[in-house]
Amino acid sequence: MGIREKLEELRDQGLADIQKTADLDSINKIRVRLLGKKGPITNVLRGMKDLSAEERPQVGKFANQIKQDLQAKLDEKKSQIEDDLLQAKLQSEKIDVTLPGTSVAQGQPHVIQQVIDQVVDIFTDMGYQVAVGDEVEEEEYNFEKLNLPKDHPARDMQDTFYVTPSILMRTQTSPMQARMLEKHDFSKGPLKMISPGKVYRRDTDDATHSHQFHQIEGMVVGKHITMADLKGTLELVAQKLFGDQLQVRLRPSYFPFTEPSVEADITCFNCMGKGCPICKGTGWIEVLGAGMTHPNVLKMSGVDPNVYGGFAFGLGPDRFAMLKYGVEDIRDFYLNDVRFLNQFDQKG
Amino acid sequence: MKVSYQWLNEYLPLAKNGIKPAALAEKLARTSVDINEVSSPKDGLKKVVVGLVKECVPHPNSDHLHVCQVQVSDDETVQIVCGAPNVAAGEKVIVALHGARIGNNVKIKRSKMRGEESNGMLCALQELGVSTSVTPKSDDEGIWILPDDAKVGEPVWPYVGMDDTIIDTDVTPNRGDMLSIYGNVNDLSAIYDLKKNFRQHALASEDGGPASDKVKISVADDKIAPVYKMRVIENVKVADSPLWLKVKLMNSGVRPINNVVDITNYILLKYGQPLHSFDYDKLPSHDINVRHAHEGEKLTTLDDEERVLKANDIVIAAGDTAVALAGTMGGKSTMVDNNTKTVALEAAIFDPVMVRKQARRLDLHSESSMRFERGINPETVETALNEAAYWLTQLANGTVDQGIVVGNQSDYPAKTIQMSTAKVNDTLGTDLSLADLLDIFRRLDFATEKIDDDQFKVVVPARRWDISIPADLNEEIARLYGYDKIPSTLPVMTRTLGGLTDRQRRLRASRHVLEGLGLDQAISYSLTTVAKAKQFMVEPQDVEPMVLSYPMSSDHVATRMNIVSGLLNDIAYNHARNVDNVALYEQGRVFIPAGGERPREEEHVAGAVTGSLYADNWHMKGDQIDFFQLKGIVEQYLKNFAVNGKVEFVADSSRPEMHPGRTANILLDNQQVGFIGEVHPQTAKEYKIPETYVFELNLEALLKADRRDKHYEAISKYPSITRDIALLVDSSVTNADVVNAINEKGGAFLTDVHLFDVYEGSHLPKGKKSLAYTLTYRDQNDTLKEETVNKAFAKVEAHLTDALGAEIR
Ligand SMILES: [Zn+2]
Repeated sequence: MGIREKLEELRDQGLADIQKTADLDSINKIRVRLLGKKGPITNVLRGMKDLSAEERPQVGKFANQIKQDLQAKLDEKKSQIEDDLLQAKLQSEKIDVTLPGTSVAQGQPHVIQQVIDQVVDIFTDMGYQVAVGDEVEEEEYNFEKLNLPKDHPARDMQDTFYVTPSILMRTQTSPMQARMLEKHDFSKGPLKMISPGKVYRRDTDDATHSHQFHQIEGMVVGKHITMADLKGTLELVAQKLFGDQLQVRLRPSYFPFTEPSVEADITCFNCMGKGCPICKGTGWIEVLGAGMTHPNVLKMSGVDPNVYGGFAFGLGPDRFAMLKYGVEDIRDFYLNDVRFLNQFDQKG
Repeated sequence: MKVSYQWLNEYLPLAKNGIKPAALAEKLARTSVDINEVSSPKDGLKKVVVGLVKECVPHPNSDHLHVCQVQVSDDETVQIVCGAPNVAAGEKVIVALHGARIGNNVKIKRSKMRGEESNGMLCALQELGVSTSVTPKSDDEGIWILPDDAKVGEPVWPYVGMDDTIIDTDVTPNRGDMLSIYGNVNDLSAIYDLKKNFRQHALASEDGGPASDKVKISVADDKIAPVYKMRVIENVKVADSPLWLKVKLMNSGVRPINNVVDITNYILLKYGQPLHSFDYDKLPSHDINVRHAHEGEKLTTLDDEERVLKANDIVIAAGDTAVALAGTMGGKSTMVDNNTKTVALEAAIFDPVMVRKQARRLDLHSESSMRFERGINPETVETALNEAAYWLTQLANGTVDQGIVVGNQSDYPAKTIQMSTAKVNDTLGTDLSLADLLDIFRRLDFATEKIDDDQFKVVVPARRWDISIPADLNEEIARLYGYDKIPSTLPVMTRTLGGLTDRQRRLRASRHVLEGLGLDQAISYSLTTVAKAKQFMVEPQDVEPMVLSYPMSSDHVATRMNIVSGLLNDIAYNHARNVDNVALYEQGRVFIPAGGERPREEEHVAGAVTGSLYADNWHMKGDQIDFFQLKGIVEQYLKNFAVNGKVEFVADSSRPEMHPGRTANILLDNQQVGFIGEVHPQTAKEYKIPETYVFELNLEALLKADRRDKHYEAISKYPSITRDIALLVDSSVTNADVVNAINEKGGAFLTDVHLFDVYEGSHLPKGKKSLAYTLTYRDQNDTLKEETVNKAFAKVEAHLTDALGAEIR
């Protein structure tokens, strides 16, 4: 048998061995056995010295060819085995993707905070400033400067927690109207403000009454501020809060610090005006009180009512939240049952 | 006020103009006053007709029932068993036929009563659902007897006024004029521009002697009663009122009593003028004195209550004996009864504030006091008095004495208000002409006078005492023109820079940080008990909280000086409902007395966590909250607050409500800004809560503190070198001690000290613990050399040994 034949035999045998192999370890062993320095091919090539000068390069070339073939086959086989192994591993790693995800801690803003933030954002976008006042107020600012002199019947509308005859828990956030009117420099333009916060009334807590609740008061005072502006402003707010199609209607009402005073109703967002239990069949829901700032309020804060005028409005975030989410008991807002708190996602 | 639609129609052609009750109510709500309810007494009732009792015999098997043959139509007579004592042949009665529905949704069916067939029921008014608070006493005693002219077989409603519709209005304090039919007629006449025909009855004759011989009146103070008048009516026959009057009263929610009382109530409803009738002969003296009460003076009122009066109260006295609470309620000793012969009839205006205070103090709110509080029309005091006297002649056969005895009569000059058309439009945003405005006032029956093309004068009638300035007239214009017709615009004005202030923005952002870290926002009560108000103060001090003068409940008497106690109440509420993983925070005001009239209000934030932040999961156990988890939250919160100063957590064992070994004060540049730790088990027990960790921070301090500059620091291109070090130290040595020591001698290239292990236990000598740190060194500008780091590290090792007695392991 010539060298060439021997090499061919080695190649065929080698390819067959590789073909039979099924694991990486054997592949390595075959590689070492066939192609190593002490392997059969090297051994065969040692007999090249007996060949003629013409044959030698040809055989050498042939031997290299065989080495390459074997190497290629080994590589191919190796990658095939690795691939199979990976597939098997992945198969074994299969999980039940329907198992629940790991819980992460995520708190919620309080639903009333959400309403307040939403309203605040609407007004700050329109260039209003936010004036946050103290919760313990002087009676002068809570009542007197809002055109509610002592013995005014409207004082009976609000039972008050007094601390001393002149100090009280504010019953409304309106005291900030007077405080801001006194501070504002009207030569720099109109005053546009809202004032959100906690307020207190001397009430017995039940499903619809709470001795503590929230209010957002707003006021615009400048030159040529009209009732039409008030109506437009309230409409915009109602639509941003409750939906585009909602209408606002005004009804006469009474607040000592506005004249004329109105109650603003919006189309019932539950039935869109058709009438339902939420709106007691009227198709309308009362959402806020408003009016044109009473000249006495301006006067008492040193603003000339002959030059300046404006409007004011007040709304109750608690009531908004109750209406919007159908919360039936106002006390739920202040007991902080986490099962209650967690129902209000931040999209509001 | 319960306003009768039928009564209104006597003076205004509403029905004739197709204005139905529901539409009328809607119009009132949109133009004048709010509406509580619109309803008809006959709502829900059916098959109730006029019947004639043809025959009435005792029931053979009963000692009180009667078997009646009742004609219920021209050609039908039915047998009905009736138990009323007053049933008798020849009476016209109310018959609920078989199949009828009467009050309380009761259905009437044919039945047998003790063997006798009964084809319906003879009814009293209360059985038709009329409230017993307004039915006359006679209705309690048997069936209701209809007038003789009632037509047999017809529905019974018109004969008892139940076909009326009642519009229940909710009158705001400024619209006292709407507490009368008169006021409603005036307003509706303006609203619909309808001609009104308000029928008044003048007193035709005064046939008695001079009234001034009968009574003398003195009013102690003009302020108590600016108007006080009296008439005397003799020979009065007290009896039942006629049906029309009873019906008017019942439909207005007032119970008929007798003709004298009913007439005063009728006038009260018609004019809004409260009247009071005294039994003249029972008056202990005929010198009437209107005065303040004597302190401690006693008076038994009509409701049989003995009232002890105060000097601020106002009374009508006969001689010096109080006989009535002025404007509020009459006295029992001088009340009109069936034997009354002579009536002293009072018509007055009392001071609204005095009446209000008196009614409030005595919790005695009457139809009269309500009207005095909101104002009385001075124009109709005398009209009302005269019409009442007229009705006493007509319905009680009375003889009116000559003249009115006047105790006081103040002037009520007409108010004239000058208006500008331009100003009106500039306020309302309308485009009304002068003519439009004048027409609105014509409808209101307010006299006007045009001055020029813009200016005009309006004379406000006394009946609208709520109106005194142009703004008040703007309201009249707006409501009558129609709020719906006012356009919607937005203020056109120079740009204003609004938006949140820096403080407001930071407070809002900081809330979101805590939410992101797993805490729900709570809003708790700011008013709490004194004990709870004083707990958990950021800066504990011996100070009493501000307390309310007249708290409503013992749980809410003082303003809180901390937020934590409220959160613990919340946790208790959750725990009682088996909710055991609770993580709450609250941001809000605390009230720290600081010597002034008002407490200093500080914005604080507090957190309280019990159970675990993460719910147990199928493949991860939720860790129970501990000090370090909550500290991590606080540290993250503080990091986001970006204060520049040095924040330290310093062990504190002095707070009585906190675990002495697991509490730290939080200092910012050595100033106390908060605390954190475990609630003392004893305190937790008092709150009925499980193990709970809390913190509270004074945000005023954090908001005031210098903020870290936001400047960018380049990431070093050069590699860092780390060294680990493990130390054995005394247990009393804190992590902070070690970190401080390392930093002290760390050298210029030490950039981070990271604690990676703490061990205390059986493998170590008693009283020792092991701490292990990774120190990271880096040069911003060059590659660090090993030997540089070795040198620096050696210095740290040496210092730790020297300063802390640490054994390097
Ligand atoms: Zn609805």
